[in-house]
Amino acid sequence: MDFQSCVNIQKEWDIVGARQLGRDKAKELGFGTVDQARIATAISELARNIYLYAGTGKICFETINDMNHKGLCVIASDNGPGIQDISLVMEDGYTTSGGLGAGLPGVKRLMDQFDIISEPGKGTEIRTVKWVR
Amino acid sequence: MTNLKLEIDNYKELLKQYILSLDEKALYQAEQFSKLSMQHNISPEEIINVHIQALKDLYPNLPKEVDNSLNFLLETMISYGLAYQEFQSLREKQLELKSEISVAAKMQQNLLLTEKPTIKGLDIGAISVPAHQMNGDYYHFVSGSDGGLGIAIADVIGKGIPAALAMSMIKYSMDSFPESQRSPSVILENLNRVVERNVEPGMFMTMFFGLYNQAKQTFAYSSAGHEPGFYFDAKKNEYSEIAAKGLVLGVAKDTTYQEYEQNVKPGDMIVLLTDGVTECRIGDRFIERDEVLQVIKRYENYPAQEAVEQVFKYFERLQGFQLRDDFTLILIRKEV
Repeated sequence: MDFQSCVNIQKEWDIVGARQLGRDKAKELGFGTVDQARIATAISELARNIYLYAGTGKICFETINDMNHKGLCVIASDNGPGIQDISLVMEDGYTTSGGLGAGLPGVKRLMDQFDIISEPGKGTEIRTVKWVR
Repeated sequence: MTNLKLEIDNYKELLKQYILSLDEKALYQAEQFSKLSMQHNISPEEIINVHIQALKDLYPNLPKEVDNSLNFLLETMISYGLAYQEFQSLREKQLELKSEISVAAKMQQNLLLTEKPTIKGLDIGAISVPAHQMNGDYYHFVSGSDGGLGIAIADVIGKGIPAALAMSMIKYSMDSFPESQRSPSVILENLNRVVERNVEPGMFMTMFFGLYNQAKQTFAYSSAGHEPGFYFDAKKNEYSEIAAKGLVLGVAKDTTYQEYEQNVKPGDMIVLLTDGVTECRIGDRFIERDEVLQVIKRYENYPAQEAVEQVFKYFERLQGFQLRDDFTLILIRKEV
């Protein structure tokens, strides 16, 4: 876990910036095309959630590169309203956006590891990792 | 992993075959390939990736634009892949739910099980078939120590699981009433209190309760807004409606019910039903009560159980074997 870099999410176009940075890091680490696309889609989902529900927040990247494994950790954090019922938003078919977007279950599928910490009224932090295969 | 690799090679081979010969056989094999991939939960973007790899192997000097455009396509397919995975997991969940409901339905059948009693001088037939897995109709026979027979038939307004749950409650509260309290009006008044207290507002139940008195040869009954049945007078060879007024259960706390009485003579017949019978639909049209009666008449000389089964079969077929509502029909004939 060497260094971390972040993209602030304030407007819709920041989502693109986050994707770009994420993709560059994924390429550097040696992810294949399909996994690059998956990581980019996961970043989009996370960034869009911040943009839609929290207003502002940030997407940070940590590259994991030690002896045993290489991977990319994507951390989405905001000080928004938080998630009341995490189990509910992790259910397939649950939607607040009218079915557009893959939602958090989608992010979980796209990545290898997924964790949420959220407190209503305080904010949300989602950490996901994808390993280079 | 080696397996997948094999499949990629397989794909490459097929692609080559097709590009060289435009062979239908290769297309057929591509179809097999896609089915196999689905069996292994391989999502669309992975197929596209396989395609890109195969194409690059076959044509190392692919124009950069084509290469880039294929990557573009791959990105575009990611969301489809996710939707496909979500669909798979929802389908599994649906199967789970289905089997859970079928367990519940079996439990309900056991809970609501009522034995058709053998009463001297009466021929009884009864059938109740749910439209979905769980039944919101209900009938129940209570045979008294005096050789009398109580018959309850009820219908929850609404279908499915909530209706079925409400019905189980009715059955158990009825079981808890003492035998001395079997007058139809008193039973309905008690049940009305139970329903009013325990069922959420907006859920109503109609019910008919009849009591056949063996000694007096009378049929006493009260109705809580239930679909009227028919009474066949053998002497006059005439059917008439079993008219009875009464508010549906669960509307007001202190509802009282009027009790009616009918002398039962040999050959007479009592027909009780739910609106699943009279509201059979053919296309967009509800059938008329009169049509129901015509069908019942057609089988009136059959033994009671066979008659109700035949009437059910008739309406089942009429509706294209897809019941719109739970169907319950009871026939009680005083033997000659």
